[in-house]
Amino acid sequence: MSENVVEVRGLSRQFGKTMALDEVSLDVRPGLVHGLVGANGAGKSTLMKHLLGLLKPKQGSVRVFGLDPVKHPVSVLERIGYLSEERDLPEWMRVDELMRYTRAYHSSWDQPYAEHLLDTFGLDIAKKVKQLSKGMRAQAGLIAAVAHRPELLLLDEPSTGLDAVVRRDILNAIIRTVAEDGRTAIFSSHLLDEVEQMSDHVFMIDQGKLVLQGSLDDIKEGHQLLSVRFFTERDELPSLEGMLSAQQCGNHWRIVCNGANGQVRESLRRLGGEVTHARNATLQEIFVARVGRNRLAVSEE
Amino acid sequence: MHIEISLQDGVPIYRQIVSQVKYLIASGQLEAGKELPPIRTLAEQLLITPNTVVKAYDELQAEGLVHKRRGAGTYVAESKSPLARREQRNILTRRADALLAEARQLNFTFDEVLDLLKKRQAALNKAISQERNHVGKCG
Repeated sequence: MSENVVEVRGLSRQFGKTMALDEVSLDVRPGLVHGLVGANGAGKSTLMKHLLGLLKPKQGSVRVFGLDPVKHPVSVLERIGYLSEERDLPEWMRVDELMRYTRAYHSSWDQPYAEHLLDTFGLDIAKKVKQLSKGMRAQAGLIAAVAHRPELLLLDEPSTGLDAVVRRDILNAIIRTVAEDGRTAIFSSHLLDEVEQMSDHVFMIDQGKLVLQGSLDDIKEGHQLLSVRFFTERDELPSLEGMLSAQQCGNHWRIVCNGANGQVRESLRRLGGEVTHARNATLQEIFVARVGRNRLAVSEE
Repeated sequence: MHIEISLQDGVPIYRQIVSQVKYLIASGQLEAGKELPPIRTLAEQLLITPNTVVKAYDELQAEGLVHKRRGAGTYVAESKSPLARREQRNILTRRADALLAEARQLNFTFDEVLDLLKKRQAALNKAISQERNHVGKCG
């Protein structure tokens, strides 16, 4: 019923000296869109590969539909739709061959749906994969990932390098998967605007660590951006309980703080500061405050 | 239904939908009995997770502004109720608060704001009566 679709406990993974995943524990709930955000190399793809059973946990455990994906690859993978970041499709196949090939692996393949999508995207089925443009590859990969109507859709950086039209196709596939009968999606992205629009639940990952997770609305309402003016100008601020970041712009300070902002306001008042404006912080501002600046591309629009 | 979402001010998207639908209803642009877009349609239009639309519609229903017909969508409630009037008042209150806050930032006194409002009211009345005359001539 409402059992978790994915359960990860204490998952760590090291590549050389790099901690790709560091004690990650998370639950993925059915019927929700989960956004996995982090800079490039933060550990998003490594986590996805563990969910697919492509990597075996060295430390910790992974359960998908209650099963170990390494031990039960067939039972797990037939219920998952996956679009990899590299869109690694067989180059020598024609689009129609790719569809037949993928269909053979999935008893639940929905041919009318696949044809509807081919038609909507205007893909030429006689073309070989290697002749497809970047956008068409993504569309072909997407059909292969969703036409068996998976219970869990996993998309790794699905809109990287795509134009607005193909991006919309991909995001609509997520919307449809979730809207139609409450299936579940996880997508990773470094585009925070996209994650903010598309996610019910957010996992924020940095250097292999899960630094923040929760419902997106709770996260946004639990963080505030304060604009503060000090009666006597100051060049630095002491660190304050609940204050995540402070940035000076002219005679103002922009301060991002977490839930305990009453306390931050009181501390600021004691320092001679007046809060001139306050609002919820955006995901972008929260990310920058928690993970540090210049680590992430801003929206590529 | 025209709705625009903004990611600039940190307001949860479902709240933006709720307040814009309320505005559309209070201003008469969404009439009683009219159907709101299906969940998937609005989600695809705004490129947002469908659960956000569900959350917004649930909240509107809880406040009595819309009602769901089983398996048949969401409709604007028939209400000439005080609720609609209250919502209209809420909209104006928010505008008034914003005006007062801005006036304070710009060092205007309350009396100056009041004076300005009276002048604008006079200008608005004049514009309306001119428009009526104009329409009269054409008719």
